[in-house]
Amino acid sequence: MPDKIKIATTSLAGCFGCHMSLLDIDEKFIDLVELVEFDRSPLTDIKKISDCDIGLVEGAVANSENVEVLRDFRKHCKTLIAVGACALNGGIPAMRNHFTLQECLEESYVDGMGLDNPGIPDDAELPMILNRVYPVQQVVKVDYVLPGCPPPAEMIWNVLSALLEGREPVINARDIHYD
Amino acid sequence: MPAFKIDDQEVEFIPGQSVMQAALAADIYIPHLCFHEDFKAHGSCRICLVMQNGRYLSACTIPAVEGMDIINIRDDVQEQRKQLLELLFIEGNHVCPSCEKSGSCSLQSVAEFCGLLSPSLPFMYPNRSVDASHADFLLDFNRCILCELCVRASRDVDGKSVFGISGRGSNAHLVVNSADGKLVSSSFEKTDRAASICPVGVILPKHRGFKVPIGKREFDVTAINERRENDAG
Repeated sequence: MPDKIKIATTSLAGCFGCHMSLLDIDEKFIDLVELVEFDRSPLTDIKKISDCDIGLVEGAVANSENVEVLRDFRKHCKTLIAVGACALNGGIPAMRNHFTLQECLEESYVDGMGLDNPGIPDDAELPMILNRVYPVQQVVKVDYVLPGCPPPAEMIWNVLSALLEGREPVINARDIHYD
Repeated sequence: MPAFKIDDQEVEFIPGQSVMQAALAADIYIPHLCFHEDFKAHGSCRICLVMQNGRYLSACTIPAVEGMDIINIRDDVQEQRKQLLELLFIEGNHVCPSCEKSGSCSLQSVAEFCGLLSPSLPFMYPNRSVDASHADFLLDFNRCILCELCVRASRDVDGKSVFGISGRGSNAHLVVNSADGKLVSSSFEKTDRAASICPVGVILPKHRGFKVPIGKREFDVTAINERRENDAG
């Protein structure tokens, strides 16, 4: 029996809504796990990615850890798919791009309401926050993009099943939604 | 009646009509943003470009001529439109998931119709303001595509000239004609034609918000290309 197709998934600066939409393929998930094996993913809790066929990336790029994870995904995935509004244009996280990083941090950690011990966190363990939030395709090359917040489960399934069968995925105009 | 062809379909026209007007009368959809049946063609968004005799022309500004052979829906033409739409998306801040206009937004619906999956150019994330000064209307300049429909409606129908475009090139932006630049200080009223003309989410009525849920809105129900021009409320 040939090896199963390996899929990795991750959420960068996202809300996991796209992962929820993937789970919304419902009973087709049973068909999916027959065909694929999940590598690094919140579904498996595997922390380190190995060589994969398909990588699904949700969320925008907002900090140094996101950059590292994303580059790691690009390096290890034959096909990389940017999933959802945040991945493709920065989405809600990128709304902070209209303010300086200093302003954002002060609003949250210095001037925010109900703070016990105000001050910008500076623990060396914390990833560095980027000056701006970037879409995924501005950091690495992306093979396919699925718009939507989140992309409908049906669209995710259509693209995945096409790739699994070795077909070129076709997304109909009527299935495209940005919200 | 004289006639010409759009995608091999015979279209009759009244002399003086533009290609766009003749197409609409024949129920043929040519994607567009700055064109509106009630107003003089503006020709600025270029989304309605079609191919005639190997050249791209904007359907809203070229007069229909007997024997024309127009190409409207073909991959290369849609590709040009996608590039123009891409520029509109990267030049503004179009965050559909957080926008009240989502689902009834022409920019969104035209881009979906043209098959724009994702811009490939870097986003500019410009710094633009919001004007919430008016009791009944909100202005969110982040989403302006400079179609000038509000400018035309306010000037030509309402006789007020509440809106205008200031600045040039990439600095061009929508401004409000009042002493302090705020909508509340202008002569704008909720009954104005300009109040209901915005094809995107710049001029938004307050107190309505998400009353019609996403998924049940105008273009969610009927795609922009399947709708008659003046169906919109």
